[in-house]
Amino acid sequence: MEIVYVYQRKRKEFGRQPILSDCLAHPSTCLDILPDPQYARNYVERNPCSVEIQSLPDRSEHEVNTESISFTNRGILHLQGGWPKDVDPTDVEHTIRYRKKIEKDDEYLRVVKSLGDTMEHCIKQNNAIDIYEEYFAEINDAIEIEQPWAKSLNVYRDPNPIKRAATSVSWYPDDGHKIAVAYSVLQFQQMPANMSLDSYIWDIENPNIPDHTLTPQSPIVSLKYNPKDPHVLVGGCYNGLLSYWDVRKGSYPVDTSSIEKSHRDPVYNVAWVQSKSGSEFFSVSTDGQVLWWDIRKLAEPTESLLLDPEKNGNIVGGTVLDFETTMPTKFMVGAENGTVLMCNKKAKNPGEKITHIYPGHHGPIRALQRNPFFPKNFLTVGDWTAKIWAEDIRSPIMATKYGLSYLTDACWSPTRPSVFCTSKLDGTVDIWDNLFKQNEPTLTVQVCNAPLHSVKVQEHGKMFAATARDGTTTILELCDGLSRIQNNEKSTFSQMLEREAKREKTLESSARERRIKGQQKRPTSASMRPTAQALEELIKSADDDFFLTIEQAGFQIKPAQQANEVPEVAQSANP
Amino acid sequence: MSEVEETIKRLSAHKGVEGIVVVNMEGISIRSTLDPEKTVQYAALITQLTAKARSVVRELDPQNDLTFLRIRSKKHEIMVSPDKEYILIVLQNPTN
Repeated sequence: MEIVYVYQRKRKEFGRQPILSDCLAHPSTCLDILPDPQYARNYVERNPCSVEIQSLPDRSEHEVNTESISFTNRGILHLQGGWPKDVDPTDVEHTIRYRKKIEKDDEYLRVVKSLGDTMEHCIKQNNAIDIYEEYFAEINDAIEIEQPWAKSLNVYRDPNPIKRAATSVSWYPDDGHKIAVAYSVLQFQQMPANMSLDSYIWDIENPNIPDHTLTPQSPIVSLKYNPKDPHVLVGGCYNGLLSYWDVRKGSYPVDTSSIEKSHRDPVYNVAWVQSKSGSEFFSVSTDGQVLWWDIRKLAEPTESLLLDPEKNGNIVGGTVLDFETTMPTKFMVGAENGTVLMCNKKAKNPGEKITHIYPGHHGPIRALQRNPFFPKNFLTVGDWTAKIWAEDIRSPIMATKYGLSYLTDACWSPTRPSVFCTSKLDGTVDIWDNLFKQNEPTLTVQVCNAPLHSVKVQEHGKMFAATARDGTTTILELCDGLSRIQNNEKSTFSQMLEREAKREKTLESSARERRIKGQQKRPTSASMRPTAQALEELIKSADDDFFLTIEQAGFQIKPAQQANEVPEVAQSANP
Repeated sequence: MSEVEETIKRLSAHKGVEGIVVVNMEGISIRSTLDPEKTVQYAALITQLTAKARSVVRELDPQNDLTFLRIRSKKHEIMVSPDKEYILIVLQNPTN
């Protein structure tokens, strides 16, 4: 509807500002619409509702990140001071003359004297009180009870555009300020054609640029520093070759083994051997061979062993090695079928090489390591559990629960005998402290979202490195509680191990006794199979027993059965 | 001349003093009790550091000036006494 109010105005008064006054002057309302209660019926009164109104200026949030600038540190080696133009620094006479000239200067004498006095005052100060003296250095701080934590310090990413998985990591021996990470793609035939073959050595402080590059002929699967000579590393390649590098000599390997004598499958693990020259190592691969090499002569292995645990020609591929320097003749190999083989290097004939076989896991053994404090016990990881074994016993003395994801690697802590960490396919690292809790990890840390391939603890026990399938390596720091050894820890843990070992032994012996007793009960124990007639009798008696029990129980459930039977019959009638 | 010698001898006689170097503002070592390579290095590095330290002090307060600089490291302490033209550097091993 249109509300119209007509009024007249002189033309010269157009455009004037409107002068407003109270309505009383012109009491002519044009339209007055009164509230119509009829309309109220279209509406329902709302329950008291609270409405918030705020009068604020509109705001928006933006994030800006500058492009990261790469820094490099460079130093200048200063050789000679700022000699004035007339003095030739290489000429000794000139320099001596110049020096003598200065020494005759009065200013020089005065200055040296005054400076000398100031200096003397400070020297005496130093000698009087040692301000950096550590009080109570002998008293160890009390071990605080705190939540265990692991903090990630740095992440090292694969600098190449095509990311490869970081398959193994090795800490620089002794002080661990560098890590060597091997990059390769382990899935069969998944390597893109222009993938880089390099592996890198990173300095812990600098995650942007690798410290050193290693260029092999084929991607390295496993990499280890020589514990005796930190400049030498040995790497096992994807195509079965072994190469060794000297960091001082550049990025190409110093020597590589010949392809005919090497492995035929990727070299999954290498380990250095205790030897006088510090140059021997051995390697294992899924082609079933364990080969010993000397780095001075990589053309052919010095010794070889075929993993043939059943001595029937079935060769089992090996996946991990362990060598403990305190036991130089024995070593252990973890196999693809889940068994752990304890071998003796000095055996006379190849048949004797394998001394013990432990049943192990349901899947290939991913990690195998002796406890650095108790060499008779070792840790294996395979399928979804981690197990601790003692040397003489066939079954594990301690085993973790079946985890939710596959375990890929494990490592004992070098400083605490009861702590080990495991890495899993879902990107978490579990740290187990057997003295504290045995059925659960003490700490679980989500390192990244990609599956983790390997984890290694540094020699000081404070840091560990975890490598992942997307090529990132993360270094994490453990809290003091997990890295520093506690009082009596060694003795408590050894007691625990002995107790578990004794339990397994008693179980084994009681099982054996039971078996022997069972055999003794039946004098004709040669063939346990009953004859045909006896078999039929057995079957008949079993049948009779069965029907008897059915009838006895049948009286109780017959009505329900009938009810069930009828619809079944009906269903079968109408398919 | 002999006063300089005397001063240097007196300073060296104190317990723990390992070496003394007198450097001029251009980085040339005038007098030193250390071997030549070390002397050159100390001369160069300490001169630069002293200049930087002095500029820090002056920037914070233009009326201020650097009087003494001490660098305590794990192995020893380097004490630097700067002047307008020359710098006196003393290496001392702390008492422990």
